[in-house]
Amino acid sequence: MSDLVSDNLNMQFTTPSGLVVHALKDVSFNLKKGELLSVLGPSGCGKTTLLNIIAGFLNPTGGSVKLGGTEILAPGVDRGMVFQQGALFEWLTVAQNVDFGLRMKGADPVETAKKVDEWLEIVGLAGFGDTPTYQLSGGMQQRIALARCLINDPDLILMDEPLGALDALTREKMQSLILKIWKETGKTIMIITHSVEEALMLGERLFVMAPRPGRLHKEYRLPFAEMGLTQDPRDIKKTQHFSETREEILSMIWDMEEEIMGGGSL
Amino acid sequence: MSDFLFEQRNTIVAFLIIGLLISLALSIVKGRRVMATERTDLVFGNPAKALGGWYWIVTGMSFVMLIWFYFSWDAARAYNPTAANELCQVAKVESAIKPMRSQFPFDKPNLRGTDLIARDSGQLDRINTSLTTLALEHSVEAEATAILAILSSALVDQANPTYTKTSLEGEFKSIESRINQLTANFNDPSYPGQPTAEQVAAGNAQPGWGDTGKEIPVLPTTPLGYRYAAVAAEIKLIAKDFVKLRNTNPHLLAQVADIKARIKAAQAAAKADQTLSAAQQEVHVKLYRQLNKMLKRIDDGSIFPPSSLNGVQTALAAFNQAHIEQQGSLKTYDTWMMPGGRIMAGNSACSEQGSGRWLPKPSDTLGTLARISNPDIGFKDVPLLWYRWQPVGGMIAFLFPDWIADLIPGNYPRHTQDGQINSNFKSNVRDFVTGNYNSFSIPVPMGHMWDSIVRVVTGLFFGIILGVPLGLFMGLSRFAKGFFDPMVELYRPVPPLAWAPLILTIFGIQDDGKIFLLFMVAFAIMVISARTGATGTQLSKIHAAHSLGASHRQILRRVILPNSLPEILTGIRISIGVCWGTLVAAEMLAGTTGIGFVENVARKQSDYEVIWVTIIILGVLGLMFDLIMRSVINRTIPWRGKG
Repeated sequence: MSDLVSDNLNMQFTTPSGLVVHALKDVSFNLKKGELLSVLGPSGCGKTTLLNIIAGFLNPTGGSVKLGGTEILAPGVDRGMVFQQGALFEWLTVAQNVDFGLRMKGADPVETAKKVDEWLEIVGLAGFGDTPTYQLSGGMQQRIALARCLINDPDLILMDEPLGALDALTREKMQSLILKIWKETGKTIMIITHSVEEALMLGERLFVMAPRPGRLHKEYRLPFAEMGLTQDPRDIKKTQHFSETREEILSMIWDMEEEIMGGGSL
Repeated sequence: MSDFLFEQRNTIVAFLIIGLLISLALSIVKGRRVMATERTDLVFGNPAKALGGWYWIVTGMSFVMLIWFYFSWDAARAYNPTAANELCQVAKVESAIKPMRSQFPFDKPNLRGTDLIARDSGQLDRINTSLTTLALEHSVEAEATAILAILSSALVDQANPTYTKTSLEGEFKSIESRINQLTANFNDPSYPGQPTAEQVAAGNAQPGWGDTGKEIPVLPTTPLGYRYAAVAAEIKLIAKDFVKLRNTNPHLLAQVADIKARIKAAQAAAKADQTLSAAQQEVHVKLYRQLNKMLKRIDDGSIFPPSSLNGVQTALAAFNQAHIEQQGSLKTYDTWMMPGGRIMAGNSACSEQGSGRWLPKPSDTLGTLARISNPDIGFKDVPLLWYRWQPVGGMIAFLFPDWIADLIPGNYPRHTQDGQINSNFKSNVRDFVTGNYNSFSIPVPMGHMWDSIVRVVTGLFFGIILGVPLGLFMGLSRFAKGFFDPMVELYRPVPPLAWAPLILTIFGIQDDGKIFLLFMVAFAIMVISARTGATGTQLSKIHAAHSLGASHRQILRRVILPNSLPEILTGIRISIGVCWGTLVAAEMLAGTTGIGFVENVARKQSDYEVIWVTIIILGVLGLMFDLIMRSVINRTIPWRGKG
């Protein structure tokens, strides 16, 4: 049982001017193995803080997160990360980026090379192994980041706005790729995103977070990710259920943004 | 080969200048054509337009080279090497005629006599008016006034034809006719006839223009040259006779004798007068000294009646006219091809006066470079860049400290009763660590250039291997940043050359001081650039490496170091430039080898050609370093600016 269990998670920052910011307040949830979660919310609602705590880059000021019963205190190979800009090592080739984790572990080079080829095949970059990464497009770079994370076989994959910097068409293709990988590998995936449509498409479960203090506002269980495995995403987006949910969430976030802006002007 | 090139340098330069003119014209035409097509489809300020184009590079280079050839008089030498020799003869005439010309209003408004009368009578008037302020006894003052009156009349009477001695007129006539005769000869193309065999041989035997230093051959070699040389010799004699002429007539001599006697008497009277105080005595001494000085000015009879010199003046003007006319096209050549100066005649050689003197000719500069590049000549007994054979033993010994041998138990061998020294293990080890044994030799580079390069590279090497780790450490650790930052920032803002006197005093003038100075320069730059690189690493990359399971050491080695490479390499590139500049200045301050040393010695000797050679060498080496770094940067960090 490698569930992700968050128990009354609290995170407070003190700004240099002495102001205490409550970034996360009493966040509790339970993510089962193999679930696909997307987290949505207005800027400043603590999405990224939540992700950084789960990744182990930050330690919470209260409560705990456990993965498979072990409390998360530091970064580890059981949680793979994919960042918005890819965060690739541009001084390395595609293959060297992908096998970075295995090389750091000191894994067998022959075995590693085989795995790299497999993963490049899966993300659709077969034959690009010796290409320098800076020569590739944004979408290709994001696929390398995916492969680099997946080759380590993590229990949980954390994605921080992974498709934010891509154009609409590439975005759609990447969404399908993520769904495919989710289905084929059965990994637990947590995606943070700005885009409501993306959150709906990539969320078997969907958390909408609210700011000040950052907290879970509403939770959805959605069928669109399942549907996306077999149907054309454009058809899914045309369904009434999809557009109703989208409007509901949009107005919810809109209200929160209004609140922030109103509060700011007072 | 180099001798042949040096002998033919005038011809080479002549062709080179024609080539430069052609390439200048062609590249301008090409450049203008390209610009004409660009104007329609490119907007103003487009950076792509500023990428250049070979044609403007060629234009610029040709322009600079032509300016250099022209103002250094290399062009003049290339196209008319005998012109300087002829102008040297012209200069001889000018210098010979000078004492005579200065008597007449050619180069100044007045006749010399007019100036003398104006000056001396003014001086007499001033002495006269100052008499009343001296508080002299009445009789003394009266005598002084009387002496001044005779001095005054002796001065002006020289201009009076009544007193002039009768022979003077004839003497002036003789000078006048000699000048006129010479002028006639000057205008006669056949004068002075064929040169003698000795003259021709001597002319051919002398070195050419610029063959030995800056000198111009002094003996004539062309028909025009022979004519000017002959005229110069003749006019020199005439001028000598002319300046000997004096207007010392009996009237003047009588006046002078009278004044002399009266001054002497007055002086003696003043000396004998016991009633005068020391201060009053001083006043008298001063007064008679002044009067004696005025007498000396006047008694040499260098003032003549105003009309007596008319004949000589006319003759001299005609001579001068001939002097200018006979130069013909040479005058034009002098004006246009030898800008900013002229040729001056001396006793043993003529010299260039003007830009040709301090701006070395490109051909001579290259000749000098070729000369000191020859390892047998070099500069101050050290070649520019050569090799020597060095035993390997000595180099190996350099790696081991000498005290290793002392650590071995036992004693070094002593000499025996027979005077033999038997070596033991301890002494063998000592021989090894001091390189004191026979070993084969390998060639090792040496010379001024090599020494400079080694100093820069060594200083840079230590700066990099110590500065980069510290910089990275400072970029990653709050402690290191706080602890080391003040130390680096304390010495870094001081200009490196300000440290030089201190460091060279501590370490001595040999390599260690200079290397340490360069190390200081490179170290500070490397620390700062490595720190900037480390702090500039994106957090997401470090996070990614963390979650991929990399340890701290692996992140430092595999992520932060490569990520800082662009800054580090840029730092190295800057360090090389700064080190290079600092090195040359340090070598100028102290040392016995190195390019900076060569330049400093050349400066002391005013050897402009060697100075230019060192400037060129420094520029080429600096450019070479930068090109190497540029290609290293392009190879090592091709992702720079594309991440």
